[in-house]
Amino acid sequence: MKAVTGHRLFWPAAVLVVMLLANVVVTPGFFSVQVRNGHLYGSLVDILLLGSPLMLIALGMTVVIATGGIDLSVGAVVAISGALACYLISGQQDQGAVTGVLVAVALALALSAVLGFWNGLLVARVGLQPIIATLILMVAGRGVAQLITSGKNINVNSPPYKLIGGGYWLTLPFAVIVVAVVVALTGLAVRRTALGMLLEAIGGNAEASRLVGIRSRRLIVLAYTFCGLCAGIAGLMISSNISTADGNNAGLWMELDAILAVVIGGTALTGGRFTLAGTILGALVIQTLSTTIYTTGVPSQVTLVFKAVVVAIVCLIQSPAFRAKVFRRRARPEAPPPAAPAAADVEVNA
Amino acid sequence: MTTLGLKGPVRIRREHAAVLVTFGLLVAMFAAGSIVYPAFGSAQVVVDLFIDNGFLLVIAIGMTFVILTGGIDLSVGAVAALSGMLCAFLLGQWHWPVAVVLPLVLLVGVGFGFGMGYVIHHFEIQPFIATLAGMFLARGLCFVISVDQISITHPFFTEWAQTRIPLGEETNVTPTVLIGLVVFAAAFWTLHYTRFGRAVYAIGGNDQSALLMGLPVARTRIRAYMVSGLCSALGGILFAFYTISASGLHEVGTELDAIAAVVIGGTLLTGGSGYVVGTVLGVMLLGTIQTILRFQGTLSSWWTRIAIGVLLLLFILLQRLLGSSRTRR
Repeated sequence: MKAVTGHRLFWPAAVLVVMLLANVVVTPGFFSVQVRNGHLYGSLVDILLLGSPLMLIALGMTVVIATGGIDLSVGAVVAISGALACYLISGQQDQGAVTGVLVAVALALALSAVLGFWNGLLVARVGLQPIIATLILMVAGRGVAQLITSGKNINVNSPPYKLIGGGYWLTLPFAVIVVAVVVALTGLAVRRTALGMLLEAIGGNAEASRLVGIRSRRLIVLAYTFCGLCAGIAGLMISSNISTADGNNAGLWMELDAILAVVIGGTALTGGRFTLAGTILGALVIQTLSTTIYTTGVPSQVTLVFKAVVVAIVCLIQSPAFRAKVFRRRARPEAPPPAAPAAADVEVNA
Repeated sequence: MTTLGLKGPVRIRREHAAVLVTFGLLVAMFAAGSIVYPAFGSAQVVVDLFIDNGFLLVIAIGMTFVILTGGIDLSVGAVAALSGMLCAFLLGQWHWPVAVVLPLVLLVGVGFGFGMGYVIHHFEIQPFIATLAGMFLARGLCFVISVDQISITHPFFTEWAQTRIPLGEETNVTPTVLIGLVVFAAAFWTLHYTRFGRAVYAIGGNDQSALLMGLPVARTRIRAYMVSGLCSALGGILFAFYTISASGLHEVGTELDAIAAVVIGGTLLTGGSGYVVGTVLGVMLLGTIQTILRFQGTLSSWWTRIAIGVLLLLFILLQRLLGSSRTRR
């Protein structure tokens, strides 16, 4: 039992299962998935589709957080990437041309990667605190997105572009396939090569890892570039889903949701050990929460209250200090000091 | 570690230099504006800076306390919006007297600060996450009260919004400005002339050392967040005076402006170093940028955000150059 509850994915998975079951109680047909017009339909598919951008961003964020950093600029990058792609497509003669869309997508992704690279340079080369370095782009980025769109919403009417965020391929939503591919490739890269271990080493102690010969600066830049790229893909999905680039609201508060997904998934913000599976679970928890609230008919803005409660509960449960204090008070007055249970947990998790 | 108030050799200290640079830039920008636009250089424009940014000034002053302890408070904009909503709702729907509503709203802000500070200190949750939860909660509560914008029709608010205190021939100020100045004076006094203020700097410098010195780390840290909560609530009330309306979408992104103002004012985000005077200059600088863009006319509002971002970058790089290895985490 201890082995199950102590597993690092137990709590996020438990929260997700509880929320899904709660949905079944409210909406009996919640788990039903049908094939209509050759497409998969159902609430679960919706959660996956709508949660795709968040899963991608949270994936990039996990890698950055593993190095002991944080990227606050992903929401702005989402807006910039969508804005650039829609701007380029709207300027073309034939918006439905596949090559034109591909060029627009490639340029938008390239720009996103460059923005991530810039963050990485500020952190690894200039030596700024990650939270400050990425704050700059977070503040300026939304201005840049509006600069691209001239402050208006750009509507596009392009079937190939629509595919990215709203289309289906082999009965599955295309966005979900993209996420699956990116997650699989990232998983292979970090778990089947030494890359993941190197990232964790940097997050554990950047200076020490540099001294043992890890090219930590280069890897940190790589992590931020990857995060920017993920945010860029997510930006394409969001703008494609609604066929509109909204420089003001696209990706608003997305960075916070992504960080939450990572934290709920069990990766500590202090860096070091990370879990991609946990992050995906965390992102699904957040998306399920939003979907649940839509289906129960509560005004969607009130989601924030529930989100706050979930964050508070998950973070408190994961906090060694909280567990030590609460359990000491409840059961054993002479329990060992807080450090001991924390150390025990680490062993179980590892 | 820097000892404040100690008379050293005549040499510009790092944290002074940052404030001086901000001041220099503010003066330069104002001078440039006055040369290009003749109407710019009037006293009323200066006063308008305070009128238009009074709420941001108050919020940023609260933020300074938290950042000096080495923390961060993302909830300020949301708490400010919640204060406005509470004012509008309690006065408009429940018809409670102003004398009850305003203290109650301030108390709610302090309560938010206390809750977040308590969780941050005693349960060792990162300030970023704890105040993020606070931000979600406060914004969500705004929408629980009302999803739409509410206009405030209470005579106290409408009269206050129109009140002008004459200041010389052609210049006049709103009471908001006076409140902002009082808050500034109180913050200055608290930070530099009370034990609490000293403890705030000490914790930001190194909380382990502060604890070993016997300073009340827990109490001080929680109080810093309470100050920030109080300032946010007050800022929200001032914003309600300014716009005579309340909405859950008010003050979105104010936390970023407040953090930017504090950083531009020369306070280190790692804590332990900075001045509340710098924060005032930072807010003024942000206001001046907006005013220049307004005078310019053809440049659109999104240039403000880009300009703030560029300024942030410049000041952070400047701090890197001036600072020692202490800037690094």
